[in-house]
Amino acid sequence: MSPPGNLFDQQRANRRRSLALVAAFLLFFAWIGVGGDLAFYLGTLDVPPGSYRHRVPLGGIATTLLGVGFVVVAWRRGPRQVLWASGAWELVQPSSDAERRFVNVVEEMAIASGLPRPSMWIVPDQDPNAFATGMTTDRSHVAVTEGLLSTLDRDELQAVVAHEMAHIRNDDVRLMTLLAALVGALALVADGTSRMMRSSGRRGGSRSRGGGKGNPLAVVVLVVWLVSVLLAPIVSRLLSLAVSRKRELLADATAAQFTRNPAALAAALHTIETAAAPTKSIKRGTAHLCIADPLGRRLTHTQGFLADLLATHPPMGLRVARLKAMAYQLDETGELPEAS
Amino acid sequence: MATWIFLIVLAAVVVWGISAYNRLIELKGQTLNAWKQIDVQLKRRHDLIPNLVEAVKGAMEFERETLEAVIQARNQAVKIQADASPTGGLQQLAAAEAALGGALSRLAVVVERYPDLKATGNVADLQEELTSTENRVAFARQLYNDTATTYNVKQQQFPWNLVAGMAKAQQVELWEIVDESVRDVPKVDLSFDKDE
Repeated sequence: MSPPGNLFDQQRANRRRSLALVAAFLLFFAWIGVGGDLAFYLGTLDVPPGSYRHRVPLGGIATTLLGVGFVVVAWRRGPRQVLWASGAWELVQPSSDAERRFVNVVEEMAIASGLPRPSMWIVPDQDPNAFATGMTTDRSHVAVTEGLLSTLDRDELQAVVAHEMAHIRNDDVRLMTLLAALVGALALVADGTSRMMRSSGRRGGSRSRGGGKGNPLAVVVLVVWLVSVLLAPIVSRLLSLAVSRKRELLADATAAQFTRNPAALAAALHTIETAAAPTKSIKRGTAHLCIADPLGRRLTHTQGFLADLLATHPPMGLRVARLKAMAYQLDETGELPEAS
Repeated sequence: MATWIFLIVLAAVVVWGISAYNRLIELKGQTLNAWKQIDVQLKRRHDLIPNLVEAVKGAMEFERETLEAVIQARNQAVKIQADASPTGGLQQLAAAEAALGGALSRLAVVVERYPDLKATGNVADLQEELTSTENRVAFARQLYNDTATTYNVKQQQFPWNLVAGMAKAQQVELWEIVDESVRDVPKVDLSFDKDE
């Protein structure tokens, strides 16, 4: 087990990142409104007295409140939404051998990690994959696909569950669930905005011609505003990719410390990777929560700039190699290297 | 001026002392908690064995020795568990549980020789339960040893040792693997935990 210092540092860093994420999200929403207000304000500076001048940042107030609303919903309903989006059902009473084994393995890993037992979910999908979600370590969820239960042996399943418990213990799940919920909200807003722009642009064209030349500063603000609204979903997507890549390696190492069996996780990852079919139940927005990239993208096979930028997960070869090195060291010295 | 410096240093020492004291108490709580987890899992293991023996007894009349060895080891372990704690009796308990683990492994080897028995649903279920129980015991022990080691080291380190007495911190025993010969029992799918 890693010294507690490492764990606390990791948890604190994750809490800080969660806060930063929420703050950035709110700032962005404020900017959507205030930026528009500013452009409108500058545009109406030199209108003749008596006609409308935009003074009160009504748009800013409205979008900030909207952003706060999104955060509250993401915080309270995020885990449920992620589970719901994958079509998972909660396993309460195991009815088959495979389900009983899954319940047992989760309880074993709860003991090994010293955490309360998470609730268990099964995704009706034949492709092997798994993810964890939740806002607190006390109320967290581990979901696996049917394919995972049927293709992995007991030790491998244990390794995968250990990997998910590692995400829960490191406080990764809160950050990743928030990210999934907020990125979804952003995409929604950007889609709506660009659609509105297109229709109002058509109608607004004649009006601006009629109104004479506008304030050039207003045009600059308007362009910056538009670009930032349209780019936000892309930037946030890249952010969510970067955030998850680092964590996977750490969770692999922590999982090895729970099970003291890194070779089993290496074998499980290999099995998951070679199952070619994409996990259809997992949508793009929650891909970064999974143990292996569910979209079946070939990016995880390669290293390099593009893979670094766009993959949700580190290259599988790298993960397996690191786990095998751990297994070798465990065999030779009886000790696991420390997670870093 | 000097009094002020003295007071500030004194305040810093007091604040540190309080946090160090609290940290030791917290570690002690975690250690006891991990111990309780072992206790729970051992009880689970002990409760499971009568069911297992009952399920295989009929088909294995002439393997009575193996079955009796399991029951005996189990009863011995139950007796010792009753008054074991992190500060005393842990070694004996570890030895009794290791003996029980050995007896169970031998039983598992025997069960392997009866394919009919293995095929009945009840026994297959019990085997999964037994595997899981063995794992739980092993993981509870792993957690306990990790927590207890942190606790033991911390209370001896300077300057933590200055408040150790006040926090009534005591060295606790680790759950060590007692009997080397137990390690050599044939490994079967029932118990992949080689430490047991």
